[in-house]
Amino acid sequence: MDRAAIDASIRIIIEPFNKKAVSIEEGTTFAGDLEFDSLTVMDFVAAIEDEFDIIISMNQQAEIETYGQLVDAVAKSQG
Amino acid sequence: MSDTVTTPDLFSKFDEIIAVREHLLASGVEDPFSLVMEKVLSPTRAICNGRDTILLGTYNYMGMTFDPDVIAAGQQALADFGAGTTGSRVLNGTYQGHRECEDALREFYGMDHAMVFSTGYQANLGIISTIAGKGDYVVLDIDSHASIWDGCAMGNAEIVPFKHNDIVAMEKRLKRIPQGAGKLVVLEGVYSMLGDVAPLAEMVRVARENGAMVLVDEAHSMGFIGEHGRGVCEATGCIDDVDFIIGTFSKSVGTVGGFCVSNHPKFEIMRLVCRPYVFTASLPPSVVATAATSIRKLMHGGNKRAHLWENSRRLHGGLKDLGFALGTDTPQSAIVAVIMPDLERGAAMWEALLHEGLYVNLARPPATPANMTLLRCSLCAEHTAAEVETILGMFARAGKAVGII
Repeated sequence: MDRAAIDASIRIIIEPFNKKAVSIEEGTTFAGDLEFDSLTVMDFVAAIEDEFDIIISMNQQAEIETYGQLVDAVAKSQG
Repeated sequence: MSDTVTTPDLFSKFDEIIAVREHLLASGVEDPFSLVMEKVLSPTRAICNGRDTILLGTYNYMGMTFDPDVIAAGQQALADFGAGTTGSRVLNGTYQGHRECEDALREFYGMDHAMVFSTGYQANLGIISTIAGKGDYVVLDIDSHASIWDGCAMGNAEIVPFKHNDIVAMEKRLKRIPQGAGKLVVLEGVYSMLGDVAPLAEMVRVARENGAMVLVDEAHSMGFIGEHGRGVCEATGCIDDVDFIIGTFSKSVGTVGGFCVSNHPKFEIMRLVCRPYVFTASLPPSVVATAATSIRKLMHGGNKRAHLWENSRRLHGGLKDLGFALGTDTPQSAIVAVIMPDLERGAAMWEALLHEGLYVNLARPPATPANMTLLRCSLCAEHTAAEVETILGMFARAGKAVGII
């Protein structure tokens, strides 16, 4: 799956979590712009993990602040 | 010198919590987090902020704090061995009493090894951070206690949480861990916020099928749940498949301290490599003497366990009948969590109960799951049936006064 396809999949997954319909850009932050709290992060990460059959450990999550970084991390995990 | 002008106050990060607290206290409510017990009359009664109060939030499940044998053992050890050890367990801090306490634990659990820590918090902190190293994975329940999370944060392993008590979510994550990586699953017998029990038999089986070692924190079940009081893993028949049980002396045992028991053949090396065990002073002789005596008495606590179950069932059923929202549909442990609509009414209810002469724990985010405000009740085997009825009357009056029921 290329980066564009991964981006498209994540955009669909993020929709129900994006309560304020914030416009998603590469630099959109999860904590600041999307206002994800820790429970939302857990559910959102679980949805991503299930979609791509990967693990995103909390150690990795700590390095992912923006939407673009998440797409990159998933793309990397897909080899 | 201009640095002093631009450098931020390190305490700025606490401004939000300071504001929440000030807002709450401005409403005139008695501060739920600075209660003082001026006198403790028994495991179930104290003088709190000047009032004679029934204690329903102490985790003193088996009422061992005032057991005459326990107190006598502590007094004897205090006289014979002094007020403290002033030393680490691996240097000058292992006295005869520490060994006897570990012997009592090995017998209590029927396990080969027992290691006593200075607190339960340090037991989780130490064991988890030490056994799961770089490249290993810790898979844990999202509602785990702070000491488990801090053990994860202190170590170098990859940390993978899963949804509370969700066996499928746990299994999926275990199966995705790269081949060759070490795996530790961390579970609790009773989760202390809602008082709910984990489906340990299934979870432990799945963890082992996927090659993981299993650590279970039985802090809130020791002494009470299971035929011999060994906890939820005894009650669900999976204790032989659990690699490490972590527990505390500050609940059913009635003093302070923590421990880990295990059958792992190499377990004793923990005493040399586990930093929260090595780099702190050991428990005072009086504390380990009270703990050892209490643990041995808990082995024969069947009648008290039965009475505590009666208390838990009656309180749970009574509160449900009154119309309170509870953390669990059925009584699963000695904790009954009453769900409050919000922090303001939770604090008002807490204060109304205190004025009635009842102490419960007010639990608020971030310690609680799903940002709930809870009034957490923990029963004691020393609460009489009549006291439980008195407690229900207090809840009924306070609940109506505050407008929750």
